[in-house]
Order: sequence, then C-alpha cells, then structure tokens
Amino acid sequence: MRPAVTGPDLRLEPSPQAGTAPAKVSLRNVARTYRSARGGKVSACTDVTFDVAPGEFVCLLGPSGCGKSTLLNIIAGLDRPDRGEVLIDGRPVSGPGPDRAVLFQEPALFPWMSVAANVDFALGLAGVPKTERRDRRMFWLGKVHLSRFADAQPHELSGGMRQRAALARALACEPDVLLADEPFAALDAQTREILQRELQRVWVETGKTFVFVTHNVREAAFLADRVLLMSAPPGTLVEEQRITAPRPREFDDPLLAKVVSDVHRHLIKEVEKVVAREIGG
Amino acid sequence: MWRARSAAKQVWPRLAAVLALVAVWQLVYQTGFFDHVVLPSPLQVWGSLRANVADGSIPRAAEASLIRLLIGFAVSVAAGTLAGLAMVASQFIERSFGSLIIGLQSLPSIAWLPLAILWFGLNETAVLFVVVIGSFPSVTLATVNSLRQVPPLLERAGRTLGAKGWRLYRTVIFPAAVPGYVGGLQQGWAFAWRSLMAGELIASGALGLGQLMNASRENLDTPEVLAVMVVIVAIGMIVDLAVFGAFDRRIRTRRGLAVAG
Repeated sequence: MRPAVTGPDLRLEPSPQAGTAPAKVSLRNVARTYRSARGGKVSACTDVTFDVAPGEFVCLLGPSGCGKSTLLNIIAGLDRPDRGEVLIDGRPVSGPGPDRAVLFQEPALFPWMSVAANVDFALGLAGVPKTERRDRRMFWLGKVHLSRFADAQPHELSGGMRQRAALARALACEPDVLLADEPFAALDAQTREILQRELQRVWVETGKTFVFVTHNVREAAFLADRVLLMSAPPGTLVEEQRITAPRPREFDDPLLAKVVSDVHRHLIKEVEKVVAREIGG
Repeated sequence: MWRARSAAKQVWPRLAAVLALVAVWQLVYQTGFFDHVVLPSPLQVWGSLRANVADGSIPRAAEASLIRLLIGFAVSVAAGTLAGLAMVASQFIERSFGSLIIGLQSLPSIAWLPLAILWFGLNETAVLFVVVIGSFPSVTLATVNSLRQVPPLLERAGRTLGAKGWRLYRTVIFPAAVPGYVGGLQQGWAFAWRSLMAGELIASGALGLGQLMNASRENLDTPEVLAVMVVIVAIGMIVDLAVFGAFDRRIRTRRGLAVAG
C-alpha cells in the first residue's frame, strides 16, 4: 500500500523539511506593487513567505494575476521585491545568476544560434572550459532526446522540441535551482503530457530544487512534492498541500485524482473571487 | 530546380514591366509628337550606352561616383551607429537629439547643398557632406529602433544565463538587433545614393555620373542623359537586391523569419 496523500494543510508555517535541513530558497514577507497603466497602484503579491528544501519540487498555483510569475521573477533576480527578501542558501538574491536557471513560457532560444550553440553559450557563461563543452552539451541534449537535432536552428524544431532544448540549456549549467514559469502552457495537450513525464524523469535523475509556476492543477499534482496555492490578487499563500505519492507517477494515479479535486476546489474559490470582482467592478 | 523556377518567377514580372515601358516609349517616339532631340528612341539610348561604356566614360564616372559613395556611406554608418548607440544608452541624449534627428530626416539632403558649397566650395567635400547628412539619420534611427525591438524575453534569458553588462550586449542584444539594423543600412544606402546624384549634378567639380549627365545636357545629347540615368537605376537596384537583399534573405532564412518578396 502506498502512503496516503495528506489532507489540506492550512498551517502556513515553514514546511517540516525546512526545519531539518537549511532551506535552499526562502521567501520572507515578499510583496511587490506595480504602477498600472492608468497611474494607480496594483498589488501583485503581498506578504508571501515560504521555504523550499534542497531537492524539493514545489508548484506555485493560483488564478491569473495572483503574482505567481512575479514571485518567480523575483526569485530569478529579474525583478526586485518592494518589501521582504529572497534568500538562496541563506544569502540574499541581488540579481540573476547561473545558480538559478529559468524556463520561460516561450523557449527563449537565441534564433541566430543552432541548438548546440545555444547550449554551448550557456556553458561558456557558466565558465565551463571549451574542451568540456561538447561532452556536456551532448549529454544534456541526449537526456531530452535531441541529440540528432544539435545542429538544427531553433525555428526548424517543433514547439515541444524547442522547449526541450531550453530545458537542456537550463540543465547543462547544473544550476542549484530551476525556476519554471508555465513552460508547457503554450504546447498542445499531448506534447505537454510527454514533456511533463520527461521533466519528472529528469528531476528524479538530477534531484534539482524546482520552483514551478502553473495554473494547471493536474500538472501541479503530477509533478510536485508540495503545491502552494495562491489567493486572488493581491496574491498570498492560502493553502499548502504535500503530495507523497511515489515516483514515477502516472496521470491516472487515483491518489493524484484526489489531490487534483481537493486543490481544484480551493483554486475555484479563488478564481470565483477574481471573476466576481471583474463583474462587480 | 525549385530554386531556378522561383528565380524565374522573381525575374519574369520585372522584365515584363521593363519591356512594356520600352514598348510604350517606342510607340510615343514613332508618333513623332515629341521632337526627336527631346525624346530619342530606345535604340538610340542603347547605342549611346554602348558607346559610352566602350570608350570608358561611363565606367570611369561610375567608379568615381561609387568610391565617393562608399566613403560617404562608411562615414554615415560609423556616425549614425555611434549616435544611435548613444541615444539608446542615454535617455537625455535621446530626448534632446532624437527629435532633432527625426527633423533632420524630413529635410531633403539637397537642401544642405547651398550651405555646403558656402562652407567647402564647389568640390568633393561639399558632395560628401550632403551624402553623409542625407544618410546618417536613417542609420541612427535604424540603430535605435532595432535595439528597441529586441524581444525582452531574449534579454531576460541572457541575463538568467549569467550574461551582463557589455557581454550581454555583445552576445545577445546586438545579434538580436541585426535584422532591423541591416534594414536600416539598406535605407541609408538608398538615401546616400540619391543624395550623391543630386550633389554631383549641382556641385559637379569632380568626375562622376552626375557630372557626366550634366555635360551631356550641355551638349544637348539626350540619348547620353538617358543612358546615364539607366546606369544610375541599374547600380541602385543591383546593390539593393544583390548586396542588401541577399544578406537580408540569408539572415531571415537562418532565423526562420518571413522572407519578403
């Protein structure tokens, strides 16, 4: 018998794992406000606090506009919080760095470089000597089944293959933390499922710390050790759910179905708040 | 096979338009409505073109014009690119000089010639000045716009991979801006060519196609005037299609962007 899924955990304290091992990623009371086009202030997220343990896969889930992408950009160092702080291994983040790789919704490959050159470029920035780049590149392209397409230009690949190449580029630098901002949202359903499986396999093999933003409950339940649910904007954490189902997981796993329906119920409440505000406003 | 067919597809309509123009010209000539000194026949122009190429006067003039053009264009690419980079680097420079450069572009370059003649005399320098001032605003604006239009996502991707400062510009932002920049150079080249011809026609102290055309006019040699015009159009089109067009197509094909025409 597999371990059961724990019920909704409404205590928003640092996770138990964070108590035993020092956190890889820590957010402390992070808040971010934007100036809207009309000159008013829009609060993207407010008072967000959580820890991610080394090697943990955390999914940030929430209705659109809840600031989950903003949080990811802040962790990546592409954006700064107005209040609070982000720590990596206890050190504050001061900007982007090769210790944190980012997968964007679009593959963001450089169109003037071949797939191989895209990976080599990242390796060069990470300080990998030229003589080692070839082996490292072929290893990671092999991991995402793109060995045959090393010399192709990005536009010659399908959407799924491009996102795979982006994953290889991100992994090749061996970052401590991988940050993903809905990387599969623009793909068709079948390709998405294949890539989710591949990501699960790569994560099991590499044990990277992952912070994965999505609005897809099924994706979150399939991939995550822990799902953090964010509220309607201004986003803050409202629920945390640990998923202990063993890996490799299958999409038709009945344990996951229960998680999906639980999380979905909570998410819908937050989405309804957004809709009510839009209609009412 | 496909390439040859597609090349034929490209060439055929252009050739047809030229043939139609020549046919209409021949018809008008034959009606005798215009004096034949004013409007020579296509064949006369062809004969004059062949004679002028054979005796070396058109090649010599074309060479002189092209050298002048290359010097002027090189100066305006250097100056325009530097000005564009300065505008991207500093908001103050952009606000102050940016609108000035747009204003400059709306002034036909030939309007600078009287001033250039007062400053430099009826010579080479005056013509070069007009060429530079005619083409550098479009190079400047192309530099600014091509850098502005670099997708923010590529910049962010570069930064998260660890590129910053000069390295980010050299390895990500400049390469991403190349297609727009090349388009700007093409436009700058067209402006330079027109400015050069205008300048040479008026301040023709030096050998060149403009000066040759002026000399033909003074001799009432209409076929020669038209022959030089044909050469000017031909050179402009060859450079535009063969040099810039080919370069642009190569970049676009490599990056999977839409190829025009």
